[in-house]
Parts: sequence; structure tokens; C-alpha cells
Amino acid sequence: MKYVIIGNSAAAIGCIEGIRSVDSQGSITVISKETQHTYSRPLISYLLLGKTDSERMKYRSDNFYEENNCTVMFGTEVTKISPDKKEVLLDNGKSVKYDKLLVATGSNPFVPPIEGVSTAKSVHTFMSLDDALALEKDLTPDSRVIILGGGLIGLKCAEGILKSVKKITVIDMADRILPSILDSEGSSIIQKHLESKGIEFLLGNSISKVDGQRAILKSGDIIEFDSLVIAVGVRANTALVAEAGGTVNRGIYTDLSCKTSLHDIYSAGDCSESYDITIGQPRVLALLPNAYMQGEVAGVNMAGGDMLYDHAIPMNAIGFFGLHVISAGSYEGECYTVAEGNNYKKLFYNDNNLFGYILIGEVARAGIYTALIREKTPLDSIDFELIKDKPQLMAFTKKDRAALLIKEALPDNWQ
Amino acid sequence: MSIDFIYPEYEIARNKDRCINCRVCEKQCANEVHKYHADLKMMQADDLKCVNCQRCVSLCPTRALKIVKTDNTYKENAHWKGRTMSEIYLQAGSGGVLLSSMGNPVDYPIYWDKILINASQVTNPSIDPLREPMETRTFLGQRPNKIERDKDGNIVNNMAPQLELSTPIMFSAMSYGSISYNAHESLARAATELGIYYNTGEGGLHEDFYKYGANTIVQVASGRFGVHKDYLNAGAAVEIKMGQGAKPGIGGHLPGAKIVGDVSRTRMIPEGSDAISPAPHHDIYSIEDLHQLVMSLKEATNYTKPVIVKIAAVHNVAAIASGIARSGADIISLDGFRGGTGAAPTRIRDNVGIPIELALASVDKRLRDEGIRNNVSLVVGGSVRSSADVVKAIALGADAVYVATSALLALGCHLCRSCHGGKCNWGIATQRADLVKRLNPEIGYKRLVNLVEAWTHEIKEMMGGMGINSIEALKGNRLMLRGVGLNEKELEILGIYHAGQ
Amino acid sequence: MKRIIVNEKWCLGCRLCEYNCAFANSGSIGTTPLDMAKALKDIVINPRIKIEEKDDICFAVSCRHCKEPLCVKSCITGALTRVDGVIRINKEKCVECHTCVLVCPYGAIMPSDEGVMQKCELCVQNTGGEPFCVKGCPNKAIEFKELGGDSV
Repeated sequence: MKYVIIGNSAAAIGCIEGIRSVDSQGSITVISKETQHTYSRPLISYLLLGKTDSERMKYRSDNFYEENNCTVMFGTEVTKISPDKKEVLLDNGKSVKYDKLLVATGSNPFVPPIEGVSTAKSVHTFMSLDDALALEKDLTPDSRVIILGGGLIGLKCAEGILKSVKKITVIDMADRILPSILDSEGSSIIQKHLESKGIEFLLGNSISKVDGQRAILKSGDIIEFDSLVIAVGVRANTALVAEAGGTVNRGIYTDLSCKTSLHDIYSAGDCSESYDITIGQPRVLALLPNAYMQGEVAGVNMAGGDMLYDHAIPMNAIGFFGLHVISAGSYEGECYTVAEGNNYKKLFYNDNNLFGYILIGEVARAGIYTALIREKTPLDSIDFELIKDKPQLMAFTKKDRAALLIKEALPDNWQ
Repeated sequence: MSIDFIYPEYEIARNKDRCINCRVCEKQCANEVHKYHADLKMMQADDLKCVNCQRCVSLCPTRALKIVKTDNTYKENAHWKGRTMSEIYLQAGSGGVLLSSMGNPVDYPIYWDKILINASQVTNPSIDPLREPMETRTFLGQRPNKIERDKDGNIVNNMAPQLELSTPIMFSAMSYGSISYNAHESLARAATELGIYYNTGEGGLHEDFYKYGANTIVQVASGRFGVHKDYLNAGAAVEIKMGQGAKPGIGGHLPGAKIVGDVSRTRMIPEGSDAISPAPHHDIYSIEDLHQLVMSLKEATNYTKPVIVKIAAVHNVAAIASGIARSGADIISLDGFRGGTGAAPTRIRDNVGIPIELALASVDKRLRDEGIRNNVSLVVGGSVRSSADVVKAIALGADAVYVATSALLALGCHLCRSCHGGKCNWGIATQRADLVKRLNPEIGYKRLVNLVEAWTHEIKEMMGGMGINSIEALKGNRLMLRGVGLNEKELEILGIYHAGQ
Repeated sequence: MKRIIVNEKWCLGCRLCEYNCAFANSGSIGTTPLDMAKALKDIVINPRIKIEEKDDICFAVSCRHCKEPLCVKSCITGALTRVDGVIRINKEKCVECHTCVLVCPYGAIMPSDEGVMQKCELCVQNTGGEPFCVKGCPNKAIEFKELGGDSV
């Protein structure tokens, strides 16, 4: 069996480990656009912060490819997939045959057209290790930085560089930060926290024009900057599959076995969609844990195993200067809210299910909440009052607790 | 402080250098002795509440605790001891009968410790139990006096029902109610694994424990609690309890507060009602009456189970035993004055009854003299503390021994003698669920098995040393014993020579 | 594989497991009560096993070392791995992102005093033998039992 993987990040690694859990023999070829050993993209902000370094941010050990008997083609891009010939064409003109193919091409930063942006020096995106290193090179203690985009990437970038620069201004069209993971109360807690650390926010605003190192805002204000980081969002890299005739929506369509609409072609990670059980619809869940798990499911299935990715939910853990935010699920239904200083808790539920939650500050044991969402645990089977108070196994029945804590009672594949 | 104040007998000594404020002592003490003082960030203890059960000492992970006898003292003299004075203060305050638990603590002679065991030298070789077979198996029950044959000359099996013990040790009666469910489970499982017997006491048999019936002795006492046909037939033998060594002549009283849930159901009495066992059986005023009950129980169990009659060792015990041996009973159980109890009036516990060693010797002699020793087996209890006590008891004439206090010690009891408080920190003498769970039968039963196996090894060693290879050959073999520091009369009653003779 | 079994029926809520865990992971050398006193004197412990307690119910919770470990699959740094059936954490790699807290269904991963995350590693790095929580449990509420099954 000949496996080919396009991509070298979490989904690709998950796929390799998935394949090897079933098939120790087949050949695996990894085709990576980047030149580095597999590394964790979310760590680039921690790299700038000094919490990790290029060695420690390797996602797997140096001998990972060797141990898993993989051939890696670094710095090589796939230009075309030919499903009928079962081969991929490379940018060096060569082609590689496959029996099973994984497309884990990830996503690219979306760079909106801004008038005059090419006149500025030091304009960056913040997605890859190369991006981070390039940005770092430009920064000085006197740097004034504009970060366009108050989402996860933009704010992690802000945290990462704050201590190395003079000033950071975050500009976002939306009227609040982190709208993808927080409600407005949560947004305002995090915004205040970041402001207290010295980050300035201009919300409900945008850059209408750049003139050299001056940004002219929609509001008419003019801000001078030394570096500009564009972090307004990402776009799934779907072109290869689309051109090969596969179904593509916001991301590459995959079924529960992580297979695309094309024969023997699978897809995982930020480029693909998975079925979000909290809304009952497919969507792109661009998060490292999801990428790994999709990749693993794809790998197992590519190798002839049987595994479904049927527990996908949006979820996120992030922190800024020691204040942690954990959230999961969808924010609909009835709410239970507790707010006290920087501690914030909001549970979303109805119809006998927990749909989602947001925790800020006190986040201990949040995974118990996540499991209630992922397993769709009926709330009438637990003591919901206890769960509202804090995540705890005490909320389960004696029998369920025994199943959780006395492993003998569990089926082999229980997670 | 007032005229009522009695200085605590024990004090808690906490090594502050070792205490890490883990508060394990606080959580483990049902008497609420230990308390964490948040302002001072340190543990404190109220000695007054301490019963010296050693639970906190045992569980303290840094060995920061010990309990010491107070050095506070009255102006004692030989006649007015501190304890005597305190008891007067208590009674002057309460006007009540003093209650105590466990066995007689008073300094009466302990004859076991004044008897020594023989060993072979030169002429009668000793036996190495690791190389030679050594029989500890024991049968309890009536022995036929003659061989019977049918008309064809074949031997007729005229053997009465017997109890077969792998080793001559049994767990004596402790009722469910006086001790916990988990204590009972531990005893039942240990008896089953060891091939011996435990005894239900007068609290009935919990439905969960019928499965251990083959190793259970079911008791019928004066209150007849929990007695019904299935109960009688559930066990391997039936014991009629006439008396108890810790409180001869006295009935029992389990307060209504302890008659809850399963205890109430098992005893077959309403929840909350006091379980009062009368002092006498109201239908037994003579050996003939006893005979009636013995035969009724045999009838109820279809003559398949031996019947035991248990009496406290009292002054005329030999004559009473003689009567019991003629009542149809298969086994007589003698209970000495040091036997334990969950609650007894202090004066009774400390002043009534006689030492088991003397009672055993005189009963065995009396039955042999009257030619009725084979009518019954003799089981003695109430102070057996070691395998040496067992060997001495058998050489004095016992067929087997009953142990209870030693078994409780194996389960964690530290003889704080506060059973009557119902707050046993070791989960034994309590019905409080949070305390009962402290005794995990998985641990408890194994410790009981260990104890009895260890004793059995030692019994074999001692028998081997005497050149004896079976319990049967040791039984009543008083030549194997010598007394030390005993007077003529004591030696005469014990039927042994003095050391050196 | 040997596994930790927690049976709430026998848990007394004495919290000796928490203290033994803190002792085992205190970095102190030695196993005696005196060593423990030295290691934990005047310290607020932060154990990897924790008692949940309400009314008369109590039980200890620590890492279950799942066969399909969500924490390992979700770890963004690769700091969490499953080695010989034991889920280990490489504290050098951890960046405290809390993704493991987000996914662990037992709530058994928590920040250490040094910031990076900590979890039960079955004392493999401490004693090589029986986990301290098991050794110190006075009532066999926590047991370390061979349950068969996978070893990888």
C-alpha cells in the first residue's frame, strides 16, 4: 500500500500515526511545502514570547519520520491531483503515485486588498514559523505595531510581541474582540485585561488606506506604525481538491470517515470540513486538536481500519498573560452565568443537553463540560446543579462514576 | 471546670516539627478531638474527647502523633486508685450504672501466663512440622460410646453430626448490630477461607451472608432475635447462648438508635425499638427445660446440626456443665470472665465470673470423672490471646477455642473499650455508614486469615516440640503443662504439676 | 497493563492520597514519614490526584491513562505522549495552553506550581514501583491492578 500525504502539520502527523496503528508496512510519502521538521503552528506566538524555542516547538521528535518509516519531501509543492491516474504532480515536474491520498494543505492567511499597502515596509501575516521569524526580525523596542484583526491569531501575536515593542494597536471592524469564541461580556473581560497590559484597541474601525508607514483609518484617524500584522482570518486551501473535481464548500467536504467525495482521497485539518455535532452541520473547525483527530481517523481508514470522526465540536483553549479562556460548543439556548472580576462562566443548554460553555479565569477541569457536550450526555442523567457549580464527576450517578473510575467497566475504545 | 471535671486520662502529643497540617487526624476522628485552627495555621486537640483508639496515630503520614498517659494524678493510695475515684465522681454526677466495653481489665491472675509448655529432649524425639505431617484438624460433637452393628454384622454409622475445623480455632459470637456489616463480612469470609466457623451472635444473620452458611454458627439467645427456621438451617451448627463471660447473669441491651435499616430487618424487630435480651431464657429454668430447647432446635434442623450450649464461667460451672452434657447438647462452650462485650455494666464486667483456665480444668475433670466427656466437645473462649494460650487450653482439656477480641484486633481494634459509644473509628463496633466503610472486608478478611494461619503454624511448632503430631493427642494431655508461681490449690484445680516437679 | 482503580465504596476522604502524591512529586529523596514531614512542612500542596467530596460520598480522581487519550491527541506541542500505556508530560515542551484541560473528561490535568501542566504519571519517574497514592491508601480505595489489555 502506498500512502501519500500532502502537508506536514498536525493532520499529517495524525494521519501517519493513524496509518501506523493499522499498517506497519505500507510506504508513506509526506510532501511538505515548508522546509522544517513538523512543528506546531500555534506555538509561533509562544516562540516570540520566549516560552518555547525552535527545538521544543517541534511537534514530534527528530526521529519521528524514521521511526514511522516515512519519506518526506521538504520544500515541495503539489500542483495537481489526478484522481484517475492516482498520482499527484509536483512543482519540480515529477509525479508521485498513491493508493490512498491525504490532503492536509491547511489554510492561508486572508489578506484583504488595502489601498497603498505595498508602500509600507514590514507588513506581515502570522501563520507560519517563517512569518513569525520575519516579523521578529523587524521588531525593535521602539516598534509601533498595528495588528489588523482582533481574533485568536491577532491577539496571540499581540501577546507574543508585547514585551519586545513599544506600542501595539489592535484594529478590528467588529465592535468586540474574539467574537468566534466569546460572547460580548467575555470579550469585554479579555479586552480590559489586554488593555491593562498596555494593548490599545480600535474597534468598529478599519484601515482604509496605507501611505508609507501611516495608516489612515475608516474613522479618519491616522496612525503611524513600524510594522503591520494582518490577521483578519484564514482561508482553507481547497484548490487542489476543487480542481480535481471534489466537492468543496468553505472547506473540502469530508464524510465521517474523513474521506472526500473523490475515490481514495481523504482530507483533514484546516483545509477540510467536519461534521459539528453541536449544530448538526459540516463546517471548518480550524483547530489543532481537531486537525490531529481528523488526520488520525483518515489514516486509520486509509489503512483499511474502521474509525469515525463523529464527535467533532468547536472548542478552544487560549490564554493571555496568565488569564485563561476555555470554551466549547455552540452558544445557544438558555444561559447560566456567573461573573466575578476576571472569573466568568457561562453555560448554554436546553433540551436536556449542554450545548456550549465559556470559562474565563477559573477554568479548572473544563474538560468535564466538554465531555458533556461531546457525548451529548442527557442532563437528566446527571446532577445539573452540581455541574453548574463547577465541573465535577460527583454530578454523575454512582453507576456512571463507577464506569468512569473503575476501568474494568469500560469498553476498550472508551475515550 | 467544676466538681464534675475529670482530667483526661490520655493526652495527644503532637510533634509540631513533623505535623504538616494535612488534617487526616481531624477527618479520621469521630470523637472530634482534632481541629485545624485556621488563624494559627496549626492543628489542635481536645484531649478530653480522646478515647485513645490510636486511629489518628496509625494514619498520621508523618508520624507526628502519639498518645500518652497523662501525668496528672489524684493523691492515690493502694486502696483509692485513680480509676476508683473517677468512677465515684461520674456516678455522683449521673446517678447511673457505669457502662464499659470489652473484657475485664482488672488485675486478677492470668493463669495462661503461669503455665508453661513442655518440650521433648533425647528420649521422646520432637517432630519437625516442616518435614512431618502435623494434624490440626479437629472435629466437634458427640462421640458414640460404642460400636453398633446391623444384623449382617456391618458397622452402623452412629456418629452424631460434627463440625470439622481445619485448626482448633473459631471466631466467637459477635452480633450484627454490635459490630458492623463489614466486620461480619470479614469474619464470614475468613472462616470460609480457613475452614473454620464464625458465630452470628444474637443479632440474626444478614441475608447477604447466608452464602457463608457452611462456616457459620447461628446463635439463639434469650431475646430470640432474628431466629426463624431458615436461619437455623442456614448455619452449620446452632448455639444456645445461656450466658456471656463478660457479663454473667446479665442480659443484653442494644439501644434503639442502633436498630436501623438492615439491623432491624435482620433482628426482626421494628426500627428504633430497643433490643433487650432478658437475663435468663424465660422458658429455661432447669436442665430439663434446656433439653427441650436443644431437642426443639434439633427437630427444627432435622438432626443434621450439632447444638452448642454456651455458658459463662461461674462458680459452680462444673456441675452446670455436667447437666448440659446430659441435655442432648453436642458441644459446651465456656466463656471466661475476660471475654469481650460491646457493652456491660462495669461492676458486673469487673467482678463477676471466674477465670476460664480454672473453669475449663474443672469442667473437663468433672465430665471425665462422670464418664460423660465423650457426650460433648468443649470449646473455651474469653481471653485467648495467642497460639500458646490455644495450646495450653487444649492440653487442659479443650477441644477448640473461641476467639473474638483477638479477631477484632486483627481488624484494627485497639481496645479503646469505647464500643458502647457507637463511634468506633475503626469501623468495627459502629453502624454509622461513614465509619463502617473504614473497614474494607477485602483487607479485614485477609488479616484474619493471616492471624489464624500464623497461630496454626505456631501450634504445630509447639506440638512438634512436645513430640505430638495431632490436636487429638494434645487434648487433655496435662502432663505437657507445668505451673509457675501457683499454690497447691490452684495446681490441684488445674490438674498440673508445678514446674520442676 | 496495570491500571489505577478507584472504588468510592472504600474511599474515606482522608486525603492521604493527595499528600502522598505531593510527597512523591516533591522531588525530595526518601520515603519515610520524616522525609514526608520535611518535604511538605508549611506547603500548600498541589497534588495530581484529587478527592471529590460531597456529604458522605468521596472518591479520588487522577489520570485514567485512557487508551484513546484526548489530551495526547489534542496537545498542541507534543508534550503529552503515551509511553508503555502511561501518559507522560514533557514539562520542557509544555507552554500552558490548557488545551489538555479543555479536553480531559476527568479533569485530571492541572497547572503545576511552576506553571506548566502536571498530571499523574503513575509515579514512574519517582519510585518505579507502585504509585504513592496506592501505597498510602489505608482502605484499598485506590488500587493498582493488572487489567490485561494493551501495553503500548
